[in-house]
Amino acid sequence: MQDSAVERARNAGKRLFHFHGGLRLHHHKQASCQVAVQSVAIPPRLYIPLMQHAGPEATPLVGTGAHVLKGEPVARFNEPSIGYVHAPTSGTIAAIARQAITHPSGLEGLCVVLKPDGLDRWTRLQPMEHWQSADPELIRQRLCESGIVGLGGAVFPTSRKVEEARNFGIHTLILNGAECEPYISCDEMLMREQPDKVVLGALILQKAVAAEQVIIAIEDQMEEVFSALQAAISNADCTHMRLVKVRTIYPEGGEKQLIQVLTGLEIPAGCRPPELGLLCQNVATAAAVAEAVTEGKPLVQRIVTVTGNGVKRPHNLLALIGTPISTLVDACGGYTHDAARLVLGGPLMGYALASDQNPVIKAANCILVLSNRDIQSDQAEMPCIRCGECARVCPALLLPQTLNWQIRNDLLDDASDSGLGECIECGCCDYVCPSHIPLAEWFRFGKSEHQLLAMERSQSNLARDRYLAREARLEQLKQDRERRLGEKKQALRDRTSVTGGTMGQGPA
Amino acid sequence: MNRKFTTGAAPHLPPISTVGEVMRQVLYALCPGVIAYTWFFGTGILLQILLATGFALLFETLMLKLRQQPVALFLNDWSAVVTAVLFALCLPPLAPWWIACVGMFFAIVMAKHLYGGLGHNVFNPAMVGYAVVLISFPQAMTQWLPPISIAPTDIGFLDGLWAILSGQPPAGMTWDAITRATPLDTIRTSVASGQTIAEARQLQTFGDLGGRGWEWIANGFAAGGIWLMWRRVISWQVPTAMIGSVIVLGLAGYLLDPGSNPSPLEHVFSGAIVLGAFFIATDPVSGCTSPRGRLIFGAGVGILTLMIRRWGAYPDGVAFAVLVMNMAAPLIDRYTRPRIYGG
Repeated sequence: MQDSAVERARNAGKRLFHFHGGLRLHHHKQASCQVAVQSVAIPPRLYIPLMQHAGPEATPLVGTGAHVLKGEPVARFNEPSIGYVHAPTSGTIAAIARQAITHPSGLEGLCVVLKPDGLDRWTRLQPMEHWQSADPELIRQRLCESGIVGLGGAVFPTSRKVEEARNFGIHTLILNGAECEPYISCDEMLMREQPDKVVLGALILQKAVAAEQVIIAIEDQMEEVFSALQAAISNADCTHMRLVKVRTIYPEGGEKQLIQVLTGLEIPAGCRPPELGLLCQNVATAAAVAEAVTEGKPLVQRIVTVTGNGVKRPHNLLALIGTPISTLVDACGGYTHDAARLVLGGPLMGYALASDQNPVIKAANCILVLSNRDIQSDQAEMPCIRCGECARVCPALLLPQTLNWQIRNDLLDDASDSGLGECIECGCCDYVCPSHIPLAEWFRFGKSEHQLLAMERSQSNLARDRYLAREARLEQLKQDRERRLGEKKQALRDRTSVTGGTMGQGPA
Repeated sequence: MNRKFTTGAAPHLPPISTVGEVMRQVLYALCPGVIAYTWFFGTGILLQILLATGFALLFETLMLKLRQQPVALFLNDWSAVVTAVLFALCLPPLAPWWIACVGMFFAIVMAKHLYGGLGHNVFNPAMVGYAVVLISFPQAMTQWLPPISIAPTDIGFLDGLWAILSGQPPAGMTWDAITRATPLDTIRTSVASGQTIAEARQLQTFGDLGGRGWEWIANGFAAGGIWLMWRRVISWQVPTAMIGSVIVLGLAGYLLDPGSNPSPLEHVFSGAIVLGAFFIATDPVSGCTSPRGRLIFGAGVGILTLMIRRWGAYPDGVAFAVLVMNMAAPLIDRYTRPRIYGG
């Protein structure tokens, strides 16, 4: 990475820049922001998926019938830097069974089914009293053991991100509070109600990655958040922390877009933010970090926005991981008569769920229930008229219509050359398309197909290499044999001529 | 309680626009120009628009049925109507009815549906239809009327209807008596016969900027076009590049030889430059899609139009320029791909 780019990145937030495209959307956030965050009652059963993020499922550590305390590990991931899955409350393990998990695929996965005892008794907590003076590696280990993941939606293990950041050397930690997708307000409520915890988490993360400064980015419409955080920052007396307001435009809260807005830099293709000396973390992740380090509490709950025209009283709820979504909807007064679609996440990037029995997962920032009027999914798809609106709004500067054509015609390599990999699946192109082509869906499909193709190719390359190596080995053996044979013949011939000579000379 | 939901792909938001809406906005934007046209040249043009639209819808329906496509869905996209209106605006107001029929056949059947229908046509359908009738029926396609204010006889609505349906001049009149060369044609023939442009401009056919009447039609189209740009139905690149290149090249020619080259303003306000810049070269399907590609496309249409006007066999050249650039569009798009994020 060029030093000049790193230097520019160091000035992050001093001046604001623009990213290409994007959408100004009606943000629908007011509905769920009116009242304080409320806790959801513990449901009769919790379903804790053992697949929490990309990668394989965790291995259960407890058997059916075992009693666990709140915060006790119930499963562990086989990769050491990821950590554990914890019991969200105290109770008995009722089963470990395959259940519908909350995942875009709609497939089933292994879940620990917990029958709460209603006491909600914590396991023995071990706060890090002196984290300020602790070894950063110990902090990272704590994040790993506490199951902290990115709560902005990507659920990437935070300890891994911290590790990677430390390897590259970070100067600026960016806390992402620019919750740009419509309807979602869980981060806004968190920052309003617990600004001190967010700031504390930021300080701990700063310590863990040895960053020189911290920038907390929020949207310019979050007035209450601004004053709350400002007060928290001055309370904490941290001079290296700045609060920056960014425009309210979708998808400004995307990692790449936020970095572009704060620094004017694009992350070069194939690179990651730490290479510019930057680390992005979501504000809710920071709050979870603060709890894990200063209170010793693993990540067992999160704030979930439950909103949309399909629920009676939109709210932000504090829910245990594993709580069925129906419990949350009930806590919001239930469905309205025209509830038609259940979405996990926001309206642009969220995925539709087939059933409200799916559990709340760490990535569940929003449960959005929409009416038919909100989605109008009956609009027929028309051919592309190449109007170019999609390219105008694309934050990755792609030509979505070209990608669409390439993917549909199975030209996956061409699509990859046209930048399919840079697509952040924000859905802007899809939303503005007058022909109602499901572009984002095609791009998700194209990406997975191309990945599959690459895998098949590397397998067939491997097979070919193996075959060629075998051929070469056989050829080598053959040549060796022939050489040896030749040598032997030669040696024999030599001996014959020698002995022949002697013979000739002998008796005569 | 266990409630099931139907799923669907994100984004879960109502669409903000439809193809039909885009096309209808183009039609609204054409209104000021059409009103000016009717004001200066009579109601003949309205009859041509009706005729062309009728034939367009007829051929569109037949082809959709033949191709086993949902008829109602595609008729509702209004694209055939846009094609018909743009085609009709290129016709002499009293052209016989079968011109519209032949033109729409080539536009809708040949140029559009045989290439795969909406979104798949390589060439601008309206311009294909126009080029076919212009080449095939030169006589009928040159029977232009003078503006009403300087016309020797008054041709009423019924006279016009009769002329269009019968192919004969209105009762008691001859074509020679009622038709007049267009301003561009006049310039062309006077320059060919050794007159200077300034001399030709003394004729009544000319107004302040371009042809009398024509300049106001151009203003009407420009007003509609700017509205379309503001509504972001069309991009700014194509009209700007096309009109810009006409002005730059026209100015160069005018400064070199004002006797045989019209001034850039005369170029812009005569013939089909403004209509072409805002409504024809901006057709997204047959044009370029990348922003830089659109600049090249627009400039190409402008330059080719002036070259045809100056050296070609036709007084105006927008249609041919657009068709030639349509052929080049995929190549231009290929070489003007925008930089990808992080690249």
